[in-house]
Amino acid sequence: MNEYADLLIIGAGPAGMAAALAAAPSGARIVMLDDNPFAGGQIWRDGPQASLPAQARQLRERLQSHANIRHHSGTRVIANPGPKQLLVEDDENGWLISYDKLILCTGARELLLPFPGWTLPGVTGAGGLQALIKSGLSVSDERVVIAGSGPLLLASAATATQHGASVLRIAEQASLTSVAGFAAQLPRWPAKWLQSFSLFNRHYRAGTHVLAAFGTDRLEGVRLQQQGKIVELECDRLACGFGLIPNIQLGQALGYAIEGQALAVDVWQASNRADHYAAGECTGFGGSELALAEGAIAGHSAVGEVEKARQWWPRRARWQGFANALNQAFTLDPQLKSLARPDTLVCRCEDIPYAALTEHSDWRAAKLASRCGMGACQGRVCGAAVEHLFGWQPSASRPPYSPARIETLMCLDDTPPA
Amino acid sequence: MPELMLDGHALTVADGTSVAAALALGGNGCSRTSVSGQRRAPLCGMGICQECRVTIDGRRRLACQTVCRDGMQVETQP
Ligand SMILES: Cc1cc2nc3c(=O)[nH]c(=O)nc-3n(C[C@H](O)[C@H](O)[C@H](O)COP(=O)(O)OP(=O)(O)OC[C@H]3O[C@@H](n4cnc5c(N)ncnc54)[C@H](O)[C@@H]3O)c2cc1C
Ligand code: FES
Repeated sequence: MNEYADLLIIGAGPAGMAAALAAAPSGARIVMLDDNPFAGGQIWRDGPQASLPAQARQLRERLQSHANIRHHSGTRVIANPGPKQLLVEDDENGWLISYDKLILCTGARELLLPFPGWTLPGVTGAGGLQALIKSGLSVSDERVVIAGSGPLLLASAATATQHGASVLRIAEQASLTSVAGFAAQLPRWPAKWLQSFSLFNRHYRAGTHVLAAFGTDRLEGVRLQQQGKIVELECDRLACGFGLIPNIQLGQALGYAIEGQALAVDVWQASNRADHYAAGECTGFGGSELALAEGAIAGHSAVGEVEKARQWWPRRARWQGFANALNQAFTLDPQLKSLARPDTLVCRCEDIPYAALTEHSDWRAAKLASRCGMGACQGRVCGAAVEHLFGWQPSASRPPYSPARIETLMCLDDTPPA
Repeated sequence: MPELMLDGHALTVADGTSVAAALALGGNGCSRTSVSGQRRAPLCGMGICQECRVTIDGRRRLACQTVCRDGMQVETQP
């Protein structure tokens, strides 16, 4: 089975959905794919314990109403065998998709930093715990500590509380001054202001970060540095994430220019490569409203509707302001670089401790000598961690971008030489 | 309500439940053993970390991105 798309969109979060809906009235043949079982991305992750807001449900219904949009769920990108062609795989099949225009809407993932005990069962990401609860995990009557940085901690705490957990502490690494400064700006974005109000929680502590998780076979408690004091709490779960980082691996592999840690785009959401666009959090963290505006601009631009794209510019500028305030408030404290001890594992796939990395000068040398980043996750967890810890730039990934079946890779044999 | 087999034990879960959630509903939540012998459980919940990989109907799959289906055979890595 091979497929052709006038417009191929990777990622079905707010950005990808908005891009598809903007481009659909042009009649273009649109294919959108996403590795999750349902459309919605991170914020509108569906599941038995998720309650989707009306906006998300409406977007999903609108997507279904367009006969020229095909959505492949549970589908991941494996390789880019030729120009404007991707090899993809779902649970059953592997196939090639050729495209004329491409929009990457690959979103962001959590920054997970190593600290003693972070490999214990019971420790998850902060957004990770939220995602697991939405997909059916029971946390009823469990004691939960949430730590790390950013507004996602509050969102995760709200989900855990709603499902019967007792949230003992929300440890935000940013200082009280930064958090208060950010909160004071919230009235500039009224909808967000309301959202954060309903998220407010009396267990929130700024200037507080995790030092260690402990337990024998699974998590039994955590040690926190709380506003200068050391505090220990017994708990069943620790959900710890240090903000979001853009998913740029696929863009990097396709030759997109990178700016900071994100895919670089111009005012049309176009990359440096002709016919290749990007929108949403893979171009920088900014929340769902910014992702929706950027997605719409990319969708209109990709089908040549310049004027319609331009109409979204003010909306994008407004939410970019929110994103800037957010990123500034939750800048990571350099103290977090010293959480890992010599024996703390940094690479969880290959079990490589911190001590095995310190002697190297860059990511490539460390990888070759230690196998750090060469395991199943292909450095998507430890690569971001070492970038934070040592300032090493992760190298571009090579196909297969995610573990693939032999039968899928055999599709490549049918490809005429590029 | 799908009924699946998790390491040889029958387990019924709500529609739409991920295999990652089922690991905790029907067992101790662990998915695999690391190369140095540590037990591990789903970490990121979103298809990034690969800690949740298990064998589903004979194929290696990510538990956090797989929805439970009736008759599914799930095996964790001991
Ligand atoms: C765990 C988590 C929880 C969050 N919760 C909230 C919240 O409660 N409230 C809030 O305001 N914001 C939340 N955010 C922020 C949120 O990311 C944004 O508000 C919004 O979802 C960004 O939209 P997006 O379309 O850019 O990316 P995303 O929503 O991240 O969507 C990107 C999609 O692309 C898929 N994808 C990526 N790479 C590939 C690939 N190679 N092949 C196939 N599919 C791929 C991803 O699985 C994902 O479904 C959360 C973020 C994370 C990471
Ligand atoms: S929990 Fe990280 S990939 Fe499934």
